[in-house]
Amino acid sequence: MAKVDTAGMAVDNTQKITHVLDRLSLGPRPGDRQRVERMGVEQYIQAQLAPDDNAAPDTLTGPLQNLSTLSLTPVDIHEQYGPPERGASQQQREAARKKQRQVAQESLHARMRQALENPNQLQEVMTDFWFNHFNVYIGKGITRLWAGVYEKTVLRPLALGKFRDLLGATAKHPAMSFYLDNWRNTDPASELAKGQYKGFNENYARELMELHTMGVDGGYTQADVESLTRILTGWGLVRQNRANHDGSGFQFVPRRHDSSDKTLLGESIPGGGIEEGEKALDLLAQHPSTAQHISYKLAQYFVSDEPPEGLVNRLANRFKETDGCIREVLRSLFTDDTFWATEHYQTKFKTPYQYILSIARAVKLSNPEENDVQRLLGGMGQLGMPLYRCRTPDGYAQVESAWLNADAMLRRVGFARAVANMKDPKPPAAELLATLGDQFSAETRSVVDSSPPGMQPALVLASPEMMYR
Amino acid sequence: MKRRRFLTQAALFGASGLAASTHGWLWQSQAKAANMPRLIVVMLRGAADGLGIVVPYQEEEYYKSRPSIAIAKPGENNGAFDLDGQFGLHPSLEALMPEWAEGNLAFVQATGSPHVTRSHFQAQDYLENGTPGNNRTSDGWLNRLLAVLPDGTNTQALNMGAGGTLPLIFKGTESVSNLGVNNAGTPAVPMADADTRTPFDQLYTSDSRIARAYQEGRQAQGVLIQELAEEGMEASRGAPTPERFANTARSLARLMKGDAGTQLAFMELGGWDTHVNERATLKRQLTPLCYGLAALAEELGPIYQDTTIVVMSEFGRTIAENGNGGTDHGHGNTMWVLGGGVRGGKIYGDWPGLSEANQHESRDLAITTDFRDVLMSLLAQQFGLNDSALAQVFPEHQQQNRIALL
Repeated sequence: MAKVDTAGMAVDNTQKITHVLDRLSLGPRPGDRQRVERMGVEQYIQAQLAPDDNAAPDTLTGPLQNLSTLSLTPVDIHEQYGPPERGASQQQREAARKKQRQVAQESLHARMRQALENPNQLQEVMTDFWFNHFNVYIGKGITRLWAGVYEKTVLRPLALGKFRDLLGATAKHPAMSFYLDNWRNTDPASELAKGQYKGFNENYARELMELHTMGVDGGYTQADVESLTRILTGWGLVRQNRANHDGSGFQFVPRRHDSSDKTLLGESIPGGGIEEGEKALDLLAQHPSTAQHISYKLAQYFVSDEPPEGLVNRLANRFKETDGCIREVLRSLFTDDTFWATEHYQTKFKTPYQYILSIARAVKLSNPEENDVQRLLGGMGQLGMPLYRCRTPDGYAQVESAWLNADAMLRRVGFARAVANMKDPKPPAAELLATLGDQFSAETRSVVDSSPPGMQPALVLASPEMMYR
Repeated sequence: MKRRRFLTQAALFGASGLAASTHGWLWQSQAKAANMPRLIVVMLRGAADGLGIVVPYQEEEYYKSRPSIAIAKPGENNGAFDLDGQFGLHPSLEALMPEWAEGNLAFVQATGSPHVTRSHFQAQDYLENGTPGNNRTSDGWLNRLLAVLPDGTNTQALNMGAGGTLPLIFKGTESVSNLGVNNAGTPAVPMADADTRTPFDQLYTSDSRIARAYQEGRQAQGVLIQELAEEGMEASRGAPTPERFANTARSLARLMKGDAGTQLAFMELGGWDTHVNERATLKRQLTPLCYGLAALAEELGPIYQDTTIVVMSEFGRTIAENGNGGTDHGHGNTMWVLGGGVRGGKIYGDWPGLSEANQHESRDLAITTDFRDVLMSLLAQQFGLNDSALAQVFPEHQQQNRIALL
């Protein structure tokens, strides 16, 4: 086997291939290992950092085109699929609920299909990362209308871009605005302060600093939360099409805005309009605590539940040097010796999302039946991680302690059998092992080998080695 | 395992007709023992608004600060139920009024954690690890309590939490068996095909973390199925309540009654973050909680006398309503104490008042009693813990107030 010449690599080339496929993708599909071997691990990483919009296979683009609600603007979705008018009949309300469910279903299916078949896997992995970071919950009212387009137009295209762009786009998106109540946030002394816009609401401003940017110990105070709340008054939501509106669902309403002078994080923000909020987002995105917070989460996601401080600091520096360019931070991460250290190899316990997708990818589930997609989603639900349904704004945890329990282990084994049966004929165990790599222990191989052939694929997918990435 | 102590988690996702269970070998070895002290902790995640639950209806400031969401005075339309002439209980908690009247229910007002954080996640961690301000404490006080309970009995604890994993309050060095049940109460692996199970079991024979989890699941499965069958039969006798929390509470009570070794239990209920439209949300949240607590009291039956139920939440909410008929993150809150042995029918804790001069940071209810003082008082009285044992459960804290709750 060719020796890899990069210094400090602690894992061998076979392991390197397993490692990049397990960490940069949602798990290898048949043929992936061979492809990475041909192009080289480093070339694979570079390619994944530069997603190719035209790379999707027909088995993905065809079905995605049929999910038509995802091509609408947020305002169009609300107009066509939103809640019925006041005083609607029982029948009209039921019809409206059914239409809303359709939007949510299309969002869920779009994600699952792309997770399974999008060749830009790192982009897909980061889409899931950012969804949890900038979490919204489709169980909260009309958030369900917008979670799908939020992901499609904000999180996926910006997944490897500038952090400030993500921050600005999430701040203005109706999904976030509705989920964290900022659409109502209003200066009580302002002209339009009445009804549902009666006064301040701190919800978004607090989570914006605590979860989205600086982190809970990032150095802001309650006064900063209150100041940021005022700054973000009037960042409103548009639900109906009207002249001079672009359909984004966002508009700044000066007549609900508190235009007094403010201080945020020690900086003065002169009273004005929407530019106050833009400046506040600049300050937050550039704050050293934000670089540290995002870097910690990335290192935890890609390297270890308890990431080494040195690595986090190196990533934070890169974040600051590149003005929060996620692509460059990740490039540093994937070339850092720590990423390649044997002590971190095959040690990240897969979340339910990652486990279920990894076994579905291993059997090369392609353009699956609706029902099979539903079963995969149902599996995530039963394992406590229903997609788009994390109620709290911190998103789903990405560490072993959140997901490993007795019931979960039994259920995973059950799903492994179900997923093995989704393919007819089932892929032979030898083929699965060739897809997945050589991390399987002698014990596992021996249990597989000594079992009836019909059970062997499920045993591979249910094995302890499949639980880790 | 060095001691015969177990923490067993049966994470109920809250559905009806569920039972949690424990290791079969332990379960069957338990002899029923009367008069065993028991503690159930109920955590309301999301910061439940104490001022909307135990209403300071004599305070002008309360009605001034909450023009659209204040709970009306006793006797008025949709008014609170009078407790002691100063405070009233939220109207959705009517089913708990008999407990108050019988002296089984008490509240400790203006309690909380001295750390000023208004982050849900941080404040919940502090409530669970018992060391406010110190996030390096990685074990929970219920786990530390288990370690210092008097020897001589096989003690275990049950988590009926909403998640699939052990909450921080239960994490620690005491041996933990972490088991869960799904919505329908069905076991994870079909039990019928015994032949095909064997090779899967063979994949998990080592003593790695995941293999141990798998083995615990398999061991518990047998017991669980039996319990579920019995539970299902019993549940179908009475009218089923629609509320999951109440059903979970009922299951917990039956398990504690049926298993003398279960001394500690934990339940949780989310959804209390009432930034918007608090009037409706609080009503919707309190109803199942109320029925759940009433169900616990009823189902515990003979052991209710020896059981204390504590209800707590990470922090209170702002005194004033916000612009959306809701409240934002605040500070002081109320703690609920319920049980047959409680000196109830009484409000405890120094009430700081709501007037501006007495507010915490000019917006919130001040704290006059550290939540650990309440818990330490209870633990000393309930389990006979001495000061050194208490110091192990709540290190870093000098108790200021001793409250005679039991």
